[in-house]
Amino acid sequence: MSLRTPLARVLQHGAARDGVSHWWVQRVTAVALAPLSVWLTLSLLWLPTGNYGAVAQWIGAGLHPVLLALTVLLAVWHAWLGIQVVIEDYVTRTAPRLLLLLLSTFVNALLAAIGLYAVLRIALRSAA
Amino acid sequence: MAERPLSPHVTVYKWAYTMTLSILHRLTGIALFFALIVLTCWLMAAAAGPSAYARAMTRLASLPVKGLIALALLALCYHFCNGLRHLAWDVGWGFERAQARRSAYIVLVVAVLAAAICLYWLFASGPGTA
Repeated sequence: MSLRTPLARVLQHGAARDGVSHWWVQRVTAVALAPLSVWLTLSLLWLPTGNYGAVAQWIGAGLHPVLLALTVLLAVWHAWLGIQVVIEDYVTRTAPRLLLLLLSTFVNALLAAIGLYAVLRIALRSAA
Repeated sequence: MAERPLSPHVTVYKWAYTMTLSILHRLTGIALFFALIVLTCWLMAAAAGPSAYARAMTRLASLPVKGLIALALLALCYHFCNGLRHLAWDVGWGFERAQARRSAYIVLVVAVLAAAICLYWLFASGPGTA
């Protein structure tokens, strides 16, 4: 038997019941991003970024496209969850809050799609 | 909607410097989101071909943008180190006040040192400056 009042249930007060998975995915992506972000940062600092041929070759070489795609997707996922928490904590009025949450979702989805497409395009070109 | 008490009750606590680190974690997280936008733009330019890439690089290699990249590296080093601190808390380690203060100090020192090394590579001697 639930101890919640019928009114509270109708007004949808109480836990949304997906807090744990939000918290958990934030941590899982953080753990995965720890080595990936170090790898990407050091690689980009090392890479002769002014040389297009060298950059395209590096992006397409070996497992680099896989690691790059993983890094971008996990970073987007991590950012999406983190930004959501920040918006929900500080923006209390319903309309701007909803707009910002939607904006964050759309921009992050766009970043994921662009990142994946770009990496695949370079990788498949250098494989061909 | 804002009539009921809403967390976080930032203004009711006596300030402690560990709170600054907590806020900084969020600020650097937001900053890294914008760095992620720049990274995907860079990847897109590389995918678009040599001339588009060259145009993007003249923008990215200009001094003001390089300054922003330097700030992003600083944000990354901090968010990385403090993120490890958060993960340690998540497994139950380091919650005592003295431990939290000591780890805060360690995070700041390590983040600044790591960022200094990154910035040295970014500006001075890295092969990436070619």
